Amino acid sequence: MRDFLSVGLPVVAIFALLPLVYANQLLLFNFVLFLILAQGLNAIYGFTGYLPFGYVGFFGAGAYGFALAVMHLAAPPALALLLAGLAALVLAMILTPLLRLSGAYFAIANLAAAQAVYQVIANPALQDITKGPYGVSLASVFAPRASYGAALLILAGVLALVAWLRHGRFGLALQAGRDDPVSAAMAGIPVVSSRIIAWLISALIAGLAGGVFAWHISVFYPETAFDLSTSIFAIVFTLFGGAATLSGPIAGVILLYGLYNLIGISVPQYFQLIYGALIVGLVLFLPRGLASLLQRRGVDVP
Amino acid sequence: MSPEPSSSDRLLAVDRLVKRFGGFRALDGVSFALGAGEVLGLVGPNGSGKTTCINTISGLYPPDGGAVRFAGQTLGGLPPHRRARLGINRTFQSPRPFASLTVRQNVALAAAYGRRHGADAGPADIAALLAELELDGLAERRAEDLNSAQQKQLDLARALATRPRLLLVDELAAGLNPAELARMAERLAALAGGGMALLVVEHLLGFLDRLTDRVIVMNAGREIFEGTLSEATRDGEVVRVFLGGEHVG
Repeated sequence: MRDFLSVGLPVVAIFALLPLVYANQLLLFNFVLFLILAQGLNAIYGFTGYLPFGYVGFFGAGAYGFALAVMHLAAPPALALLLAGLAALVLAMILTPLLRLSGAYFAIANLAAAQAVYQVIANPALQDITKGPYGVSLASVFAPRASYGAALLILAGVLALVAWLRHGRFGLALQAGRDDPVSAAMAGIPVVSSRIIAWLISALIAGLAGGVFAWHISVFYPETAFDLSTSIFAIVFTLFGGAATLSGPIAGVILLYGLYNLIGISVPQYFQLIYGALIVGLVLFLPRGLASLLQRRGVDVP
Repeated sequence: MSPEPSSSDRLLAVDRLVKRFGGFRALDGVSFALGAGEVLGLVGPNGSGKTTCINTISGLYPPDGGAVRFAGQTLGGLPPHRRARLGINRTFQSPRPFASLTVRQNVALAAAYGRRHGADAGPADIAALLAELELDGLAERRAEDLNSAQQKQLDLARALATRPRLLLVDELAAGLNPAELARMAERLAALAGGGMALLVVEHLLGFLDRLTDRVIVMNAGREIFEGTLSEATRDGEVVRVFLGGEHVG
């Protein structure tokens, strides 16, 4: 809880106050959204070592879970958010066997699974249910301030969760299983089932993020909800800052998403080039993120 | 040879255990039994199946034939973490610490997850264990920063934190200096004195000699000798597999 009070709460407080002084609420919302997604990815990658390239699949499942609940059940936003999380959770349960794979195979299979979900939702034959490729409009529940507040609440919960994972017994057991699954099992840790729990938690977080995204933006298409760059961004932000820490992914989002928006405004034509060079440099010179610069000097990065 | 009838009430009974890797029979019908407080040495040339034997007893490999019985229960395909909670634990030939966690976290996790239900470990418990294995000064260091002898101590501390009734020791002595060796032998003897059963795989026969008077010699996945270490050195077949045929006689 110490990390949550020193790092998590100030971040939530800053983003709660920023709309008072800065008018571009959509940009602020996107920051909050990526803070949530980066920590959700951290929960699975940082603590188990499984890198889900199809992470956006859970985000999209959440967005469409929210949309379907509003369109077909006339659910109030709070209930629709819960159903968004549930949709991602169910998808993660179906995809649990993927955890038998490891490394690149897991990443690729997960990516393919996300694409499959996207193709199903965007299928014109399902237009009556999902509106297919034509996108959904949720004007009846449009409420930018309430949805921004909900995103902040989710962020606070997610930060508290990752702070707990870092120091709680369960999170330490996950890290032990990541460091060495064989000796972790000999220490009595049920490596496979704890990994599955981390996977479900991580998917739930992405589902809630997708739901609150659908609520805030209210009009979107399958290709927005299942945009692969959402996965890439969450991964790059987390890796850049330092996985398995609380502050690393936060720093990654603030710096890189900040840079992304700066480039996007000033020199958009060079965006891909600069971002690509950054990722290559990161992998080559700083594979364990910014946090490792301090960790190497013996600093316990929160 | 099938084990004598009394072996069913021993703590560990290994009965005609078979483990195959493809066409290779790493274990080819090994049988032995081990009682509480007993130390059994397992020796043999490289590739004779010693580590495979430990891996199969600890649940890393499912056996392809035969059975492992522990405290009267046939273990079958029971996963390693359940065996740990039953009271089977081990060290590894090359240490396998949780590299990014501290020494104290390594041991505390094993104490929290590896014990039978209801047997809780307090912080004082863990501190005492760390002190006993001379790791108390390193408790807050990350395990990856330890040298290899210290990581071996940590491996043992983590295994002991689960309060095992059977400890499988895989070449713990390799790489220790003579003073460390003597202390390690004393420590293991004390554990056996406290009622723990120990199965010790070791190439350093001097170390084994200090610990135990019963050894099993393995070759090509089979047991070729059982008895005292000094008898083993006079056994024709044992000498042949270790040194080659012309030394016999």
